[in-house]
Amino acid sequence: MPRWNWIAPLTTLAAVLAGAFLTLPIAALIARAITNRAWEKLPDSPIPNAIMLSAVTTTATLALALAFGTPLAFALARRRFPLKRLVNVAVELPIVLPPAVAGLALLIAFGRRGAIGAALDDLGITLPFTTAAVVLAQTFVAAPFYIRAAQVAFASVPREIEDAARVDGADGAALFWYVTLPLSGRALSAGLVQCWARALGEFGATILFAGSLQGRTQTMPLLIYNLIERDIDAAIWTGVLLIGLALAALLIAGALRREGEREG
Amino acid sequence: MKLRILLIVLLLSLVSSVRAQDSRTLIVFAAASLTDAFEEVGAAFEAENPGVDVLFNFAGSSDLAAQLVEGVPADVFASANARQMNVAIDAGVIAADFAAEPPIFVRNRLVVIVPADNPARIETLNDLANTGIKLVIAAEGVPVRDYTETMLDALAADADYDAAYRNAVLANVVSEEANVRQVAAKVALGEADAGIVYASDVTPDIADDVIAIAVPDAYNVIAAYPIAAVSDGAEPALARDFIDFVLSDVGQTLLADWNFVPVIELPSPEATPEATTAP
Repeated sequence: MPRWNWIAPLTTLAAVLAGAFLTLPIAALIARAITNRAWEKLPDSPIPNAIMLSAVTTTATLALALAFGTPLAFALARRRFPLKRLVNVAVELPIVLPPAVAGLALLIAFGRRGAIGAALDDLGITLPFTTAAVVLAQTFVAAPFYIRAAQVAFASVPREIEDAARVDGADGAALFWYVTLPLSGRALSAGLVQCWARALGEFGATILFAGSLQGRTQTMPLLIYNLIERDIDAAIWTGVLLIGLALAALLIAGALRREGEREG
Repeated sequence: MKLRILLIVLLLSLVSSVRAQDSRTLIVFAAASLTDAFEEVGAAFEAENPGVDVLFNFAGSSDLAAQLVEGVPADVFASANARQMNVAIDAGVIAADFAAEPPIFVRNRLVVIVPADNPARIETLNDLANTGIKLVIAAEGVPVRDYTETMLDALAADADYDAAYRNAVLANVVSEEANVRQVAAKVALGEADAGIVYASDVTPDIADDVIAIAVPDAYNVIAAYPIAAVSDGAEPALARDFIDFVLSDVGQTLLADWNFVPVIELPSPEATPEATTAP
């Protein structure tokens, strides 16, 4: 008697269900966006304001991640220094931390009564409720994605190539600029795209630390939260725009990875 | 947010699937300002009705109305204003016997709160217009925001203030929070210089952290809270029991304890001899 093989259909069913579960909500949102015809109202809504703010803040976040994260990633990949393991954990923690915790921590540190915030307040700098606070929140939760990627990229540049360049007379800065950076460029870019996507989606830390005000701290995710109560059609369209941007980020990161693999 | 609604649906349907056993669950959607008072009302209702669990979903009334319209299961909706109740009524999610005239079960007053150390030295309503103060109010659509704007309109119409006052106050807004409790929290934390909330939001938890500045009756808006049973709730009879309980002496006394203004004349404890002799 042939044994009925029930495992194969069952795993197929599970796979189909998983695929459907991940696809359907996005499809439903897009379908509702197409049927509500709300795009005609978009130019007069707070959406352009939020897009602008999201563009400005995520660009600033990328600049901060590049300027401060690259040296840290390089040090983590190449140098020995005290408390290195602790720093490694500190870089990794925001990736797994709930953003609400990040926002609370930022508020406790940089709030007006916070350890650092009180000192800044004496200098006349108040961070909460400012666009700068949005950038800090985004940088805190998103920069680790870039730093982690950059660290792996730097670590995987073959030391022999650098040694050879050094024999040819390249020193520190030139070596980094002409050898290490080009060799890890694609991985760095992929890390940046990931960092950008995470910054764009940042919600929890921002709303706790920066509050929500149109044109100043209300980025696209915060706008969705604000709009759902009074104009769900506009909220849906903001969501669709974010889905489009997230897809673009995925495609770019994927292309970079594939190109990198072909060259490597 | 869509995800949040989905999660709530999942959670609530989980709850309603187990409630068929011996215990019954009543799901109450209540305005964020009711948080502490309704926790106590719920506990008292549970004590009077053994085997009943009251499950609360506290959020901005506008959030709650949006969730009800999207089909999140509930039995009772207690809104902080008529507007959000009407959103639910217009969507057909309120029971027919309540839709015509949902009863007002409690009233509330606005106050201005400032952090206890009052960094911006705000003493009067006039000071809200001082340049550069950090004012936090609720987001558009949240009931307290409507009341806040009505208050500012009343002030703008007054000879002592003017339209410039209203604009100066609104220019000081640094954040529009999703519900009134977030406004109170930002002031209690000391991040905001001032916030506009309900008198009932100055709870014992934050009473030491904030100073309340009274808003004179001439400008103060008395918020009226309507309550109603939801049309396709799983516990229609229990929902009506709960609403009756909220409107009873016991329910109204509990609400009054949290600085709400009751809608019935409560027996004053000083007047009753039992109360004065009670230990």
